[in-house]
Amino acid sequence: MISQLVILWTDALVFLLMLVAILFGIYASRKMHLRRPWRQVVRSRVGMGTLVVLGFYLAIALLDSIHFRPVLEDSAGGNGTTQSAEVISLFDELVSGLRKRQEKTYSAPLAVQLYAKENIELPDGSVMRDYPRLRYGGAHLENPESEWSSDILKLSGFGILKGLLVSFITANILIMLLAVRKSRSYGDEARSILKGHSEIPWRVTFLVLACMLVLVFWSAELSSKYHLLGTDKVGEDVFYQALKSIRTGLLIGTLTTLVMLPAAILLGIMAGYFRGWVDDVIQYTYTTLNSIPGVLLIAAAILMLQIYMSNHADEFNSLVERADLRLLFLCVILGVTSWTGLCRLLRGEALKLREMDYVQAATAFGVSHLQIITRHILPNVLHIVLIAVVLDFSGLVLAEAVLSYVNIGVDPTMNSWGNMINSARLEMAREPIVWWSLAAAMIFMFTLVLSANLLSDVVRDAFDPRLRSNR
Amino acid sequence: MTAYIIRRILYAIPILLGVNILTFVLFFVVNSPDDMARMNLGAKRVSPEAVENWKRERGYDLPLLYNQSATGTGQFTDTIFFQKSLKLFRFDFGSSDSGRDIGYDISQRMWPSLAIALPVLMVGLLLNITFALLIAFFRATYIDFWGVVLCVVMMSISGLFYIIGGQYLISKLMHLVPISGYDTGLGSIKFLILPVIVGVIGGIGAGTRWYRTLFLEEINKDYVRTARAKGLSETRVLFRHVLKNAMIPILTGVVVVLPLLFMGSLITESFFGIPGLGSYTIDAINRQDFAIVRAMVFLGSVLYILGLIMTDISYTIVDPRVRLS
Repeated sequence: MISQLVILWTDALVFLLMLVAILFGIYASRKMHLRRPWRQVVRSRVGMGTLVVLGFYLAIALLDSIHFRPVLEDSAGGNGTTQSAEVISLFDELVSGLRKRQEKTYSAPLAVQLYAKENIELPDGSVMRDYPRLRYGGAHLENPESEWSSDILKLSGFGILKGLLVSFITANILIMLLAVRKSRSYGDEARSILKGHSEIPWRVTFLVLACMLVLVFWSAELSSKYHLLGTDKVGEDVFYQALKSIRTGLLIGTLTTLVMLPAAILLGIMAGYFRGWVDDVIQYTYTTLNSIPGVLLIAAAILMLQIYMSNHADEFNSLVERADLRLLFLCVILGVTSWTGLCRLLRGEALKLREMDYVQAATAFGVSHLQIITRHILPNVLHIVLIAVVLDFSGLVLAEAVLSYVNIGVDPTMNSWGNMINSARLEMAREPIVWWSLAAAMIFMFTLVLSANLLSDVVRDAFDPRLRSNR
Repeated sequence: MTAYIIRRILYAIPILLGVNILTFVLFFVVNSPDDMARMNLGAKRVSPEAVENWKRERGYDLPLLYNQSATGTGQFTDTIFFQKSLKLFRFDFGSSDSGRDIGYDISQRMWPSLAIALPVLMVGLLLNITFALLIAFFRATYIDFWGVVLCVVMMSISGLFYIIGGQYLISKLMHLVPISGYDTGLGSIKFLILPVIVGVIGGIGAGTRWYRTLFLEEINKDYVRTARAKGLSETRVLFRHVLKNAMIPILTGVVVVLPLLFMGSLITESFFGIPGLGSYTIDAINRQDFAIVRAMVFLGSVLYILGLIMTDISYTIVDPRVRLS
């Protein structure tokens, strides 16, 4: 019996989004005016570096978006197997070690003992108050005091070596492929890349790739024996939580855009192109929506969703599905509050474009409105859409954390950086303080947002002709 | 001018009506008052009497839009839409679901909000303009490059981190100011310092970068080249010409947020325990007090539209080229 695939709403949309992105890529590669800016992005060092980092995030999020119910070995029946009620993702399966090794409560990063003292019963029957050993973290050590540091060093060295080896092999394969494509010798290609003469900044790309791979292997090696970033209140691995949150963060950043794009593009272009009463109605709609403070609209909508969910609790099969639907709804609401800016931009651009000679000519020839919009207007506003999508992304990731803090974000049972920060906030008062949950969420979020911000700068420079002339 | 202002205010009415209808649909049509009562009373199996009671105490037992049992104008006024939504136009916010007068609460709580938001805005504006001018002065050098990098890095850090980090560093480790709380009168100053510092630092990244773009846009214009050609020094060009012209978008950007300062910041106020409108809203959200959330939505839109009108007016004042039409 094979595992039963579960397709959540957001999973389906993620893959739809990937499909749209790939189709857009194919479309863009055929159009000169879209291909050229992308080439500029790829040729910038910052662009390639951030693309590599974002690639790692995306890979984890995609792996985390394939859900299924695992098969359970039925111990009682002997030969039968049953489907688990729990829904897990492919990513969970890959890091099942991290997921399953739960401690009792808090423990510091790489610790071998719990964070708080407990009564421990010694073999001879007497009770001693001490820090108990962890169930899994460093459990292979016989004598932690003396072996711990050397063990950490050994594991780190091993992990870093592995990472270097893998990145070396990857880089060589890539160089070989590049050499074959340009029909040059391997040595020539490698030399020009190492000197930084290549058109696409491969040197930086390889460097970032190597850093990321070393980090991946190093953390994998260490977390196979320890809790790399400690454990939280119920003993769950914080590193695992932070990794799981990647999907939530990326989803909020991208699905929101996917939800709002059709409305923003359609209404924006219609308002600018048709003018008159259409324009008035659309302008009225977005001014009204825009005048409600975003947080309050989100709060009101989420409150209403909570009421709906508590009154229709039996419509949801599992906690995961419930959390998933709430995430989707949050994306929709965020989309409703954020489409107005893009809509206004597109309206302005469409107003300008409809006066262009080629549009006037098309009108004179009797080309239908629909055809003018799809052939002449839409292709000429695509760059604005793209810039808006990239610019919005980082803001949305940050917004998720804030909203979750106010309890109007994602479901509390869902892994997200906002929820991690929210629960860690209360632990800052402890002595010694529990800082690792907070730090882990911050580091992961910071890396993602920084990469997105840097990339959006590069993309904007490449696509905005007005800025380009300034350089 | 007066005619223009009046016309702008009249334009605002349909928008506010739209906001009103939207909140009405969201709060009363998507989920009926019965649902709300059941949610608020907690338990899943609540007796119908308890639900009726809850609704009657809060005035939710009326029909939504049209009251058949009433006579005359009462058919329209004795409805939830009139009582709960239209009355907001008179700034009659009614009482919250827990029975307190919302209008009174708002008038009490807007001052602490303002006490934080105004200094944050002013100090932030000053610092951002200073940094942006400095970066613009050193444009196309390493200082410019690293300044922008620093801005992007600061922008990428979540605002929550600034608050938690600030509280930990300044209050817990250095014991300079209390972690949270509020006092009346001058005693409040020691509670206000930290939120203001945190608010300013959190805004530096985005603000400086935005103002830098504005300055650079001005620097590339013809009149600046003329000024340089006349032999003016670079500092003189920057302060006398560039700064003055770049102040137009900066100031109008400030004017639009001025009315919204009363609303306060949700996150800052709840972290620092300031009894302002931001924490009022958060508390209402957590207690699921719909009357307060509804009132705040309306108030927020009114203030936002007020900001827009003020922006348009200030444009005509600072930039004589803009004509009223």
